[in-house]
Amino acid sequence: MITFTKDAVIKLSASLNEPEWMLERRLQAWELYESLPMPTTKDEEWRRTDIRRLKLNEIGPSVNGDTAVDAAIPEFLGKELTEDVAGGRMLQVDGVVRQYELSDDLKAQGVIFCDMHTAVSQHPDLLQKHFMTEGVRPDEGKFAALHAAFWRGGTFLYVPKNVQAAAPLHSVLWSVNGKTFTHTLVIVDVGAEAVFMDEYASAGGELPGLHNGCIELLVRDNASLIYAGLQDFGQNIWQFNHERGRIGRDARLDWVTSVMGSRLTKAFQTLELDRPGGWGRMSGIFFTNGRQHLDMDTQQNHNAGSTTSDLLYKGALRDKSRTVWQGMIKAQPGSQKIDGFQANRNLMLDKTARADSIPGLEIEADDVKCTHASAIGQLDPEELFYLMSRGIPRNTAVEMSVQGFFDPLMRRIPFEGVRNRIFDRIVEKIYS
Amino acid sequence: MTTALEIKNLHVSIGDQPILKGINLLVKQGETHALMGPNGSGKSTLAYTLAGHPAYEPSAGQVIFDGEDLLELEADERSRAGLFLAFQYPAAVPGVTLAKFLRQTINSRRKAENPEDPGISIPEFRRLLTKKMDSLAIDHKMAGRYLNEGFSGGEKKRVEILQMSVVEPKIAIMDETDSGLDIDALRVVSEGARRLQTDMNMGVLVITHYQRILNYIQPDYVHIMLDGRIVESGGPELALQLEERGYDWLKEKHEILEIA
Repeated sequence: MITFTKDAVIKLSASLNEPEWMLERRLQAWELYESLPMPTTKDEEWRRTDIRRLKLNEIGPSVNGDTAVDAAIPEFLGKELTEDVAGGRMLQVDGVVRQYELSDDLKAQGVIFCDMHTAVSQHPDLLQKHFMTEGVRPDEGKFAALHAAFWRGGTFLYVPKNVQAAAPLHSVLWSVNGKTFTHTLVIVDVGAEAVFMDEYASAGGELPGLHNGCIELLVRDNASLIYAGLQDFGQNIWQFNHERGRIGRDARLDWVTSVMGSRLTKAFQTLELDRPGGWGRMSGIFFTNGRQHLDMDTQQNHNAGSTTSDLLYKGALRDKSRTVWQGMIKAQPGSQKIDGFQANRNLMLDKTARADSIPGLEIEADDVKCTHASAIGQLDPEELFYLMSRGIPRNTAVEMSVQGFFDPLMRRIPFEGVRNRIFDRIVEKIYS
Repeated sequence: MTTALEIKNLHVSIGDQPILKGINLLVKQGETHALMGPNGSGKSTLAYTLAGHPAYEPSAGQVIFDGEDLLELEADERSRAGLFLAFQYPAAVPGVTLAKFLRQTINSRRKAENPEDPGISIPEFRRLLTKKMDSLAIDHKMAGRYLNEGFSGGEKKRVEILQMSVVEPKIAIMDETDSGLDIDALRVVSEGARRLQTDMNMGVLVITHYQRILNYIQPDYVHIMLDGRIVESGGPELALQLEERGYDWLKEKHEILEIA
C-alpha cells in the first residue's frame, strides 16, 4: 500500500517520465503540504465541513499499475463520446488515455487538446509558465498543495489567438481505483473561443476513495470560454477541489458545475474579473441524497471596474444529505461600475435534509450594483396536481417538476446527450 | 356507449367549513350544462373535487363516472378515464416547456393503455401540435416556453383549451374559462370547445358568472348554485333570467342569508 510520502512523489514523477522542473515543483508542493495543518472546523472556511473521518493514507496516491490497462469502460460513457459531434474527445481511465480524437480542423488551427502528461512533455514552455501559477496556486490550502505534489491525469486545452474553436471539446475522466488527482488547465488566448466539457466519474465501491482535483481556466482579453465541469463520482469518494477562472478585458467565461456524486465535496471556486469589460457566469447544479455532504465555497472577485458576474447555484436534496453554499462577491477599492449577482436555490425533497445558504458581499467601491438572493422550498403541490390532472402519474409529475427546477441551468450544458444523462441521474436519485 | 358524470349528494368541507352541501348533477356526453352562481357559492370547489385535488376530500356522497366510482381514483386516473378540468387559475410549471408537457401528457395516456407503447414520435407530435395550436390561434413559439410561466390571462386560457383538444376528454369542466378573455379570445376558445363537442361528442360543464360565454357555447341545461347547493335547474332561459335579475331573488326564494 503506497501512502503519501516524499518518496511516493519521486516515484510518481519518475513513472510518468517527467522533466526535472516538474519533479521540483512536486517536491516543493510536498514540502508545503507537510508544513500546512489539516483543516478543521475551527477554520472559518471549513466550519460546516468536518473531515476528521478522512484517513488519507488509507487511500493513498494514484500510481501507475494500479489499474488494469484493459479495465472496462462503462458503456454509457463510451456512447456519449461517439454520439455528439465534437471537435475533440478524450477518455482517460485512472489518468491513462484510452480514447482520443481531435478534429483535423482544430489541429490545423493550432489547438492543443491533450492529456496533462503529454502537455508537460510536449509543451513545456506553456506548462512551466501557466501550470498552477496564475490559476490555482499550491499554497492556497492543504489540498491545493497535496494536488500539486500528486496530480495525475486530466486535460490541457490551449486555443491560440483569434482561433474560434466552435466545435465542443469533451473529456471524460473515469476512475476505477477511486483515487483521482486530475488537473484541468485551459488557456483561451486573446480573441479566441472554446467550448469544453469536462466530466469526472467513478465506478463507486465500498472502500473510501479520494478526488483531489484542480481546475484552471485562463480566459485572455476578448476571449470566450464555455466550460462545464460535471462530477458523478461514487458515494465513496471524498472530493477536494480548487478551481479558478481568470477573465481578461472584454472576455467571457460561462462556467457550469454539476455535482451528483461523492460522499463529501469541498470545493473552492473563484472567478477573477481582472480587467474592465470582463463577464463571468457561474451555474451550479447539485443533487444530494443518502448522507452526502456538499460544501461549495464561491468567490466572485471584481478586481477591475466595469465587470459583471452572475452566479446561480441550485440544489435538490434528499434523505439526510446536507449542502452548504457560501458565496462572496468582492469588489476591490476603485472597482466602479461593477454588476455582481449571486443566488442559491434549494429544493428540499425530504424534511431530514439540510441546506445552508450563506451569501456575502465585500464591496470597497461606491458605484456598484451587487445583489444576492437565496431560497429554500419544497415541491409545489399545486404544480403536481396540475400535471396529474392531465393524466400524468404522480412519479412522473415529480420527475418533471424536479427536472424543471434544473432546466434553466441544464440548458447551459453544451451536449444534449450529456444533459440527458444528468437528467437520468436526477431521476435515479429521486427514487434511490 | 355514452359516458356520464353523475354526482349524487356530494358534500365537501374545507377544514371545518362545509362548502358543498349535497350536490346532485348528471352530465352526459354530448350535453352542455352551465353552472352559474355568485362568488363563494362552491363552483370551483366542485370543479377541484371532481378533478381530484388532494385538499378537497368529500365527506359524503358519490360521483360515478363512466360506471366507475370517481372518488376512488387519483387525479391522473380521473384524467385518463376521460374527465378534464380547464382550470380557472392554472399553475405555472417552471422549467417544463409546453411542448414537453403536452408530449408527456400524450405518452402517459398511451403508456397507461399499453406499458410497451414507445410514445408518440417527435415528427408525429410536431404535426399534431402545429395543427392544434393553429386551430386555437396560438403562436408556435409558445411551445418552447415554460408552461404558464409569465403567460397572460388569455394565453393561459387558450393553453387550457389546447390541452383539452390534445387530450380529447369525454366530459370537460370549464371553470370560468371566460374570465379575463376579450371577445376575440372568447370566440376562439369557445369554438375550440364546440369543435370537440361536434367531433368527439364531448360533454361540457361550463362554470361561469356570466351569460356571455353561453352565447358561444349554448347550454342545454342551466343550474344555479347558491351556498353549496344547486337551487334551480332549467333550460337556457334561466341564464337570461339571471342576467336580468341577478341572484338576489334566488337568495330570497331559497332563504339564504348574506353573511355580513
